[in-house]
Amino acid sequence: MKREWIALLLIAILCLAVGLAEPRYLQPRSIDSILLWMPLTVVLAMGQHLVVITGGIDISIGSILAFAGIGVGLLLKAQPGLPIPLAFACGIAIGLVLGFVNAALIVWLRLAPLIATIGTLAAFRGLTFALSKGDQIDGSTLPDGLTSLASNGVSAGGVTVSWLLVIGLGVAGATALFLRFGAAGRALFAVGSNAEAARLRGVSLSKATFVAYSTCGALAGLAGVMYAARFGFVNPGSAGQNFELTVIAAVAIGGAKLTGGSGTVTGTLLGCLLLSCINVALSTLGIDANWQLLAYGTVILAAIVVDGIRSKAEVAR
Amino acid sequence: MRVSRLPWDLMVLLGLLIAGSLLASFFIPGFLDFRYLLDTSTLHAEAGILALAMTFVIVSGHIDLSIASNMVLSAVFAGLMLKSGMNPPLVIGLTCVASTLLGTLNGVLVVLFRLPSFLVTLATLAIYRGTAQALLGPKSVAIPKEMVGLDQSLVAGIPWPTAIFVMLAIVSGLLLHRTVFGRWTFAVGTNEEAAVYAGLPVARIKIWVFALAGLAAGICALLIDSRLGVARHDLARGLELDVITIAVVGGCAIRGGKGSIPGTVLAMLLVMLIRTAMGVANVKAEYQLTAIGLLLVLAVGFGGLRGSPRATKVNL
Amino acid sequence: MPLNFYRLTPVVLALIVSFGCSSTEPQTDSGPTPVAGAKMKLVFIPKSTGNPYFNQVAKGFEGASGIEFSSQAPATADATSQLAIIKEQVQRGVNAIALSANSPDALNEALDQAKAKGVMVLTVDSDLTGNESHRDVGILPTNFKKIGPAQIELLGSQIGYEGEFAILSATTDAPNQNAWIETMKTELKNPKYAKMKLVEIVYGDDEPQKSSTEAEALLTKHPKLRGIISPTSVGLAAAAQVLDNSGLYPGGAKATGQGIVLTGLSTPNQMKKFVEKGVVASFQLWDPADMGVIATHIASNKLTLKPGDSFEVPGKGKFTVEENNVVYAGQLLTFNKENIGKYDF
Repeated sequence: MKREWIALLLIAILCLAVGLAEPRYLQPRSIDSILLWMPLTVVLAMGQHLVVITGGIDISIGSILAFAGIGVGLLLKAQPGLPIPLAFACGIAIGLVLGFVNAALIVWLRLAPLIATIGTLAAFRGLTFALSKGDQIDGSTLPDGLTSLASNGVSAGGVTVSWLLVIGLGVAGATALFLRFGAAGRALFAVGSNAEAARLRGVSLSKATFVAYSTCGALAGLAGVMYAARFGFVNPGSAGQNFELTVIAAVAIGGAKLTGGSGTVTGTLLGCLLLSCINVALSTLGIDANWQLLAYGTVILAAIVVDGIRSKAEVAR
Repeated sequence: MRVSRLPWDLMVLLGLLIAGSLLASFFIPGFLDFRYLLDTSTLHAEAGILALAMTFVIVSGHIDLSIASNMVLSAVFAGLMLKSGMNPPLVIGLTCVASTLLGTLNGVLVVLFRLPSFLVTLATLAIYRGTAQALLGPKSVAIPKEMVGLDQSLVAGIPWPTAIFVMLAIVSGLLLHRTVFGRWTFAVGTNEEAAVYAGLPVARIKIWVFALAGLAAGICALLIDSRLGVARHDLARGLELDVITIAVVGGCAIRGGKGSIPGTVLAMLLVMLIRTAMGVANVKAEYQLTAIGLLLVLAVGFGGLRGSPRATKVNL
Repeated sequence: MPLNFYRLTPVVLALIVSFGCSSTEPQTDSGPTPVAGAKMKLVFIPKSTGNPYFNQVAKGFEGASGIEFSSQAPATADATSQLAIIKEQVQRGVNAIALSANSPDALNEALDQAKAKGVMVLTVDSDLTGNESHRDVGILPTNFKKIGPAQIELLGSQIGYEGEFAILSATTDAPNQNAWIETMKTELKNPKYAKMKLVEIVYGDDEPQKSSTEAEALLTKHPKLRGIISPTSVGLAAAAQVLDNSGLYPGGAKATGQGIVLTGLSTPNQMKKFVEKGVVASFQLWDPADMGVIATHIASNKLTLKPGDSFEVPGKGKFTVEENNVVYAGQLLTFNKENIGKYDF
């Protein structure tokens, strides 16, 4: 069975079960909540998806998000009239630079991606504190045009697809096209499935690494601006904290192999949707706050094990 | 070949440690105070002990992100047993058994479903801490007086947790570098396929390595209970990254097959030195964070520049 | 051979960073023992860095004469990292520690050691509830018994003292939050509030994402909801954003009936936008800086206080020490459209 169908089946079972226990879970308001949870995760997951395809990992995305969010916030403070698209461009540029740093550490210093990005996770967070001088970006700094991206959007049947989600889906679409038709995108798969064979075929490992991590950084930077739009403030300490774990879980549930060389954008999108459904379900069902972490971990483990069984069966065939 | 390379890395770490200590003693008032340094070493003993076990896990080509969560769950478990009036030796035994089982569970999941340990332990990281929170809720459980304060009592002039760290370092050094099990751990991490063809019990070795990480978590659970006098679900958040940092600065290659206990011990001392020196010098926490991140990246990066041929494969 | 040099680089760098930063700190005396007559060293240890509330508390400490003040916060709000900081600061030779405790009990041992070395230990904002003997004086923002009733009244007056409401709190183990929620529950027994019903208490863990999802779920679960109280700034901001997005606030685009009234505790700067927009009509807090001023006064005059004592803080008035050596620092302020422009914290 294809990976995406399993993820879809899991989502359907979850929604049905939760919907039976609490019918309001399937009402438009709750669906709005599910759809609003997704955009940040989707954008971050697309970056992570590219990195995972090369067989790498990026732990530092949460810190990049915070750095870009604070950076753009400070910029908006200094230049209140800054056009929103320019704010987004700045966030992306900041993220691109930090992602490039990750790639440089991996390619030029030959660091293992996990180690390089655990290091930059701490270092970028420290720099975020230094940049912000410990102050958060408050709502009054952020223009309404930015925060309304979370509240406005395309409405149909009482459900609103926010502009943020439109951005998220746009990023997902672009990622899919890039991986399918872009030469650089196909190179990521080549490198991830067999670096040695790729090299013999003239695919450059360093180039693919630079593409993957810089894009991942740029998307984390984009997510930093989206974070400001969604929550209306950016705190140097809490922004993006622990996001890496959520995002890696989403990519893994979507069926991308952490060893590289495989994974589909649809799968990762469904991974994000599943996590979103779980998070909103935990709140909607009113599950005791003290049990939520356990429930969350169990669902993720279940999803991972299901995938393990599936791929073992595939190998056996 | 591995053995011949060892002393070189160690000498570099040792040199850094000595140079750093000298500089810190000279420039930072209040740093050079052996009673304080020994006392403060108890804060780092748990990370050190976990890093010893993590060395085995990383050498075997795996990772255990759940190690700190396991410690917290075991600490809560021990606290609840002590509160119910069980006698302490029994509690110590049961805690270690429980934590070892939790570690084994990681290994079994990795082996049985052929899952990356990174993912499995990412999930159990949430599950173990989540269980601790579900067991205890917002409350904390007080540890009986007679079990509290191990870090304040000395053995041969050294606080107990530090002494236990030293003893465990010797034991794990012997286990990794002088036994068949240690050689097999290296073999599995260097090339798993080759190890399978050589007839090594690869699955069992992996499970043992994760069990070992669990055991270390149990020992640390008892230490942290004794040190803090309470067990809570929210202790030691993010400690797993500190532990991995120590192991990697100590020379563990995350791709497996490389690492040493003496290296991990020196790295633990080095991280402790930097943290303590910066703390006493009143450097802000955020700069400490940046410095530790830099240390990790640069220590490993410049090590990697020497050009191990394995480094060409981009992977976890 | 170049290896040796390269391998040295990180620590040399780290040390340079550490010395670079430490050299900016004036080094008046050395060694762990406080020296009589030297400038008094006072350190404030907040719950975590980057928290606007504690930045304002820190402002109260600044500028006192005869005091060498510094602030040292852990990067994450975690008791075990505060423990290392306490030990380091004692070793640095501070005379007084003002601490916003991340745990009511995990720091006991470290604080006892500090006190044994003659360091004055004050708690600021977050006390060691149930373990008060491990510190000298606790300086709390305002009388906790007044916060619950004030919040209930603030909400009640806006919903005509009738209807369902919910509380969005921080974590399940936040002592202050739990104390305030308890006083809210007690106050609800007052016949005046007989028609107000607390339907649920949810926890957003002081994370924006979780707080938003919890606030949205409240709207889903309780269609008849009339009000939300969020006595934590992250929660209040998240809930305000949710109401703003959904247009369900009184007078909002999609408000059914009279809309959902939101109130709680936060700093004015964090809420200014929502008050000006009309999403939130009013909310409350005290001036966090007051606690810093009082802590500085107690520390610099080396006051030994016991319940029933009173003392005068220049410019702030007279304070009385309550049970458990607690001092209440200030008055609850109510912020609304008219007065919010006057505050900057």
